Amino acid sequence: MLMDTPDEMLATHAAQGDRAAFATLVGRHYDRIHGLAWRLTGSQAEAEDLAQDICAALPSKLRNWRGEAKFTTWLYRVVVNAAHDLRRRQATRAKAAQGWGDWEIARQDEIAAQAEAADWLAQAMTRLSPELRDTVALVLGQEMTQAEAGVVLGVSEGTIAWRMSEVKKRLRAMAREGAE
Amino acid sequence: MSDDLDDLRSALQAAPAPDGQAKARAMALAMENFDRLQGTAQAPRSSEDRHQAAPPNGVRRMFHYLTSRPALALTTSAAALLIGVAVILPVADLRIGKPTAVVAPKEAPVARKAGPVAPQDEAVPEPTATDDLALTAEGDASASVALAEPVPEPMAELDAAPPAAPVVGMAETEMRLRSEAPMPDGAMGYVAAPSGLAPEAGSAPAENTEAFANAAPNPVKVTAEEPVSTFSIDVDTASYAVVRSSLTSGILPAPEQVRVEEMVNYFPYAYPAPENGAAFASTVAVMPTPWNPGTRLVTIGIQGALPAVADRPPLNLVFLIDTSGSMDEPNRLPLLKQSLMLMLPELRPEDQVAIVTYAGSAGLVLPPTQAADRAAIVSALDILSAGGATAGAEGLELAYQVAEGMKAEGEVTRILLATDGDFNVGVSDPEGLEAYVAKKRATGTYLSVLGFGRGNLDDAVMQALAQNGNGQAAYIDTLSEARKVLVDQLTGALFPIADDVKIQVEWNPATVAEYRLIGYETRALRREDFNNDRVDAGEIGAGTQVTAIYEVTAPGSEALLNDPLRYGAAPATEAAEGELGYLRLRWKAPGATASTLVETPITGREPATTETRFAAAIAGFGQLLRGSVYLGDWGWDQAIDLALANRGEDPFGYRIEAVNLMRLAKGLSAN
Repeated sequence: MLMDTPDEMLATHAAQGDRAAFATLVGRHYDRIHGLAWRLTGSQAEAEDLAQDICAALPSKLRNWRGEAKFTTWLYRVVVNAAHDLRRRQATRAKAAQGWGDWEIARQDEIAAQAEAADWLAQAMTRLSPELRDTVALVLGQEMTQAEAGVVLGVSEGTIAWRMSEVKKRLRAMAREGAE
Repeated sequence: MSDDLDDLRSALQAAPAPDGQAKARAMALAMENFDRLQGTAQAPRSSEDRHQAAPPNGVRRMFHYLTSRPALALTTSAAALLIGVAVILPVADLRIGKPTAVVAPKEAPVARKAGPVAPQDEAVPEPTATDDLALTAEGDASASVALAEPVPEPMAELDAAPPAAPVVGMAETEMRLRSEAPMPDGAMGYVAAPSGLAPEAGSAPAENTEAFANAAPNPVKVTAEEPVSTFSIDVDTASYAVVRSSLTSGILPAPEQVRVEEMVNYFPYAYPAPENGAAFASTVAVMPTPWNPGTRLVTIGIQGALPAVADRPPLNLVFLIDTSGSMDEPNRLPLLKQSLMLMLPELRPEDQVAIVTYAGSAGLVLPPTQAADRAAIVSALDILSAGGATAGAEGLELAYQVAEGMKAEGEVTRILLATDGDFNVGVSDPEGLEAYVAKKRATGTYLSVLGFGRGNLDDAVMQALAQNGNGQAAYIDTLSEARKVLVDQLTGALFPIADDVKIQVEWNPATVAEYRLIGYETRALRREDFNNDRVDAGEIGAGTQVTAIYEVTAPGSEALLNDPLRYGAAPATEAAEGELGYLRLRWKAPGATASTLVETPITGREPATTETRFAAAIAGFGQLLRGSVYLGDWGWDQAIDLALANRGEDPFGYRIEAVNLMRLAKGLSAN
């Protein structure tokens, strides 16, 4: 029965202490959390870490669940913020870490064909500023509308549209360089 | 060229499948935390309960990559290097409970000092810093900050923003307005990542983001070469509480987390009280070293006077509380609230309390209120809730501003900064912040720092702020620790009786060939600083004790580590025959600018007491944790026996707790 219950209702019940609802909710969304975390960090290991940390924090985060947005929107916001947190820590503590750079290391360990695709992705992502990366992770990776992505990132739909056009510009520039 | 977008889309959608075990682990953890939150499980446990084997960390690999391939990093868009400015993360601390890794404090500022990286990249029209702010989906400030971008419908954004915090004072509005202004160039320094240029990249922490302030243990010094030892007293206790929190969660603290003098100074000692109205009394004790029969320990104990509690001046307290998202853990904001509630009954009706919070924006939650109006204070504390970002610097500015307004002649004004250590300075670099605090010190307002939670504790910044702000840094992991810091020692913690207390010992080469100061590595002063009243040092609070221990070796002893010099025979002064050394103390009355000098010879015949022996046991404990090379075969059993034999009265049970921690450490170090 719980399997058919909408996310929002599950979240509300979970926030009120319903254990089964919470378990269903986490089980249903773990893969999504992991996927977005991967898109934001570019590293499987960090995505796992991040997903685990988010799961661990979710019970207390849910206390702030007000049912005002779609659950996935709310959840993505949590994930994006967690990824920002991670980035900031890496920036302050470890100075230069920008998750996607990990691909350079991973690349050497992987089979050539896979590596090539990944390498392109890593290069493309490294080209983009963190906010542009967040934006493409949501719009292209999670297939959200620009309006939804705007809600998650706390900016307007217009800003998202502008950012996507920026992304296109950068990719075009990259393709030009590749052709030269 | 929508091809590119499509490529990017398909590449991004090909996310690797999550690992089944990782998923199971994460879900188990989620359920565990869920149960705990519902109160169905036992009392809140420390977040250190998790010690999963962490997968190899991306950061470390990143460094490997950066150091080997710096060129590629440099081609990365400069804008991409400006990361996470004042962000702002409502999410609860997500890196909690990882095995502790440590950043040597000396290194941290290097990155922070790195000059701004100008966003010169071809097409980067957007102001990255403010844009990052805009990403803080939950913070109330975020929506308005987003205006920095070319946004067609700014009003719509404002509407979409979640409601602001329930209590918004005038000051908060003002602060928020200020935070909307574009940041000055200098603000970028903190976030500009120096990329592959970081020379110390190899020493990057593996897992968590705690940073601890420490230096290499003091070496043995040869008296003939360097007869004078100078340091500032240290009244912090944070290190002991951090050690305790590690041990009780089953992890040996890393050596860098251990500051021996803070462990020793954690305990109250029954030293003789000062007489004749003196601000403090010093007691010297000399005893054989427990861990080395060839040397002696010289313990210098300083006891601050305890003025009659009834005579204490009125107190102005500004609680500066971190309500950022990461404080949303049982052992953080809730513990902090309980701690402050515990303290309220200790205040007198005429004392004043104000509360400033900092998160997405800084705000005055409670304007200065007489302690008599306890209901108002309690209800202000009650409604504090975690969420939003951290803007520590603004909060601090506001707190000093509020404190300034509360000041009156003959009153003591102190800011108590409570944070989980993620003191996100946002608009200025930590060094600037320290300098700011040091400057504010001159206004007579004291600043103490209370640390909460683990995993993110920026011990280095805490230390630096408290040290520069003439206050103490304490780490609060349990309600009983809060009681110790805020209630039992309220007078000491809040009322300074002597400022800038410096200790200088001149050793007599005729009787002491070698000496070693145990601990105080982070408090060393230059010899000439002793007489320079402009050089800052530690404060002693009313009724508190400070202990410093030297291990000294007599000439001719088998325990000497250095060979005597062939041509360096030391002529002893006639007058000082038999003396071990000469103790000089300098201190200032609170608020005074000129110091007073107190001098005492160390004769070597001063008797040891239970108190000094217990201090020695704790010094041994700390050195064992630091892996000291000076202890020989002396180990946990001996430390435990020594501490047990010298427990004394121990009315609060602090000492027996230390013994139990030693037992834990013994078990853990056996593995």
